[in-house]
Amino acid sequence: MKILTSRMDAHPSDSHTISRYLATGGYRSLKKALSMEPADIIAEVKASNLRGRGGAGFPCGVKWGFLADVHPRYLVVNGDESEPGTFKDRQLLERDPHQLLEGVIISSHALGVNHAFIYIRGEYPKPARRVQQALADAYASGYVGRNILGSGFDLDITVHLGAGAYICGEETALLNSLEGRRGEPRLKPPFPAVEGLYGKPTIVNNVETLSNMPWIVENGGAAYAAIGPEGSSGTRLFSLSGHVRRPGNHEIVMGMTFGELIEDLGGGIRDGRAIKAFIPGGASAPWFTADHLDVPVTIDDVAKAGSMLGSGAIVVMDETTDVVKAALSVVSFFAHESCGQCTPCREGTTWLENMLRRLTVGQGRAVDLDLLLDVSDNISPGLAWPPRQTTICPLGPSAVSPVLSILTHFRDEVEALVTTGVSS
Amino acid sequence: MITWSKDRAEAAQRILGSYPERRSAVMPLLYVAMAEYGYVSEQAMRDVAELTGLTPVQVSSVASFYTMYKREEVGRYLVSVCTSVSCHLLGGDDVLHAVEAETGVPHGETGPDGTFSVEHVECIGACGGAPAVQVNYELIEGVTPEKAVELCQWLNATEPDPLLGDEMQALFGGQRSFDWGPSESTGSKGPVPAFGPYSTAGTDRLAGP
Ligand SMILES: Cc1cc2nc3c(=O)[nH]c(=O)nc-3n(C[C@H](O)[C@H](O)[C@H](O)COP(=O)(O)O)c2cc1C
Ligand code: SF4
Ligand code: FES
Repeated sequence: MKILTSRMDAHPSDSHTISRYLATGGYRSLKKALSMEPADIIAEVKASNLRGRGGAGFPCGVKWGFLADVHPRYLVVNGDESEPGTFKDRQLLERDPHQLLEGVIISSHALGVNHAFIYIRGEYPKPARRVQQALADAYASGYVGRNILGSGFDLDITVHLGAGAYICGEETALLNSLEGRRGEPRLKPPFPAVEGLYGKPTIVNNVETLSNMPWIVENGGAAYAAIGPEGSSGTRLFSLSGHVRRPGNHEIVMGMTFGELIEDLGGGIRDGRAIKAFIPGGASAPWFTADHLDVPVTIDDVAKAGSMLGSGAIVVMDETTDVVKAALSVVSFFAHESCGQCTPCREGTTWLENMLRRLTVGQGRAVDLDLLLDVSDNISPGLAWPPRQTTICPLGPSAVSPVLSILTHFRDEVEALVTTGVSS
Repeated sequence: MITWSKDRAEAAQRILGSYPERRSAVMPLLYVAMAEYGYVSEQAMRDVAELTGLTPVQVSSVASFYTMYKREEVGRYLVSVCTSVSCHLLGGDDVLHAVEAETGVPHGETGPDGTFSVEHVECIGACGGAPAVQVNYELIEGVTPEKAVELCQWLNATEPDPLLGDEMQALFGGQRSFDWGPSESTGSKGPVPAFGPYSTAGTDRLAGP
């Protein structure tokens, strides 16, 4: 069953246009929503059990319920998608921008918002062009702007482009960026729902989360909740990459195992090789191995098994992978993207990067293994999962995930670099 | 005194009108200024400060946070090669080395004749089409080291303007993250991302009924 990608599948040549959108039932849910009381729409979203698709998996309706009773208030769409391995929001922005816009308009009506923002990462000019065109068409057709469809509801939507900073995906960093500041995360609380953009109550939701709204309004929250296992209702778009035969995005009902997803949808490992490891939920997530192929793809099962479904990005590594180099690639990412506010993150990620690099170039020392753990512990005290966060945002602890993963699952390979000095 | 082209000056006013507070316009205005001057020059930052009511130091502090605001002149073609994990697993590092060797420009630098700037970048959301490359932020997926070399030669020889992602994908790309849909005739006009009209961000708030 498909919710998010059915239009683009059926109409690959023009699913992004307003004419195709209208011809396939588009903006019908908006009409319905405008005739509903905002509180009733929120009740449907609560009933849907839709959980955020941006990484944290927080129940959307519950978050909406936290919105403080102060006006003006804002809705901000998180389209910063930059977690290595993740490319699902790009497809939704590029191939079905009106679905997102309709979701934004419905949500704004439900939340009493008259100005919404869509934050798209700067490296996405084509998705941005598509969304900007869609928005211009939606304004011209009266779906956005003053007195929408005669309902008396006014809404402006502004597209805001990022400029190359992963950390702006973190919601409070994103708000700072939208305010024209450096994209540095804020201390929470206060949470954005209380004090967000310009100090006003703000809901931040992911692109995929909001793209579900037209379906939920049309079919009802209960129908959405009935799809998939408890706690992971609805369909979800997973990004599959790495050493699989058929990489790409797959919209599935959650609950199948990772093995099935990789084998049946991804076509298995390329060149008939064996799997060595996989990252189940974006670069921040602790790695799984072949032993975890039976874990069901649900938010709660992955958490129970010691990782997270995160942004829905599954990165597969086959048996030929040099896991130390792969971990280095992930750690370098976090070192590069640390905003620098917290010492353990700023210094620690660079230390981890330098130590891993030393190992991969044959200069690893025996003491480095303990040192890696020690520095990891400084960033993420106790090395617990989920991390005991002592930094302002979770980026710091994220950098620890690949390090602990290789030390847990492939310690012998890391040790081998100390004695032989050669990365296999 | 701002001396931007008429189109860009108008775009700036529209951008300022797209936000409840002027300060929010800093980022989109930096893009417009970059299109005007080719990079975020001192003058560009003074202009943006004047438009938003910030000080040039405040603008500079914002600009320096974001990697896409280039504070030095960049080449006509900015080649960005992804080396994050999915691309790394499928040879992104080899693609980067091939680009460096072909252009003679090490990553992080611009060649002396101003044709190429080369950089390695973190994930550009094209992991299903790894290894991925952008030229002036237009995407090409499934690039091999050999194709990357041909891409650089083609840029040098044909000097395409505008630069179309679909054309580059057809000529030099392979595996894609997903079907791209119909080809576009919009592309980049220089080493600045080609967003909507006038290469600017924002919407026309006045267009509503
Ligand atoms: C370092 C970091 C990066 C993040 N990047 C993104 C992102 O690119 N896109 C996104 O939607 N959420 C991202 N998030 C999660 C957001 O902070 C936020 O939880 C999310 O946008 C809320 O939307 P949702 O409830 O619909 O998932 C990130 C979080 C952190 C800590
Ligand atoms: S944990 Fe890292 S990225 Fe997050 S606020 Fe602190 S320094 Fe910045
Ligand atoms: S890892 Fe290269 S595009 Fe995502």
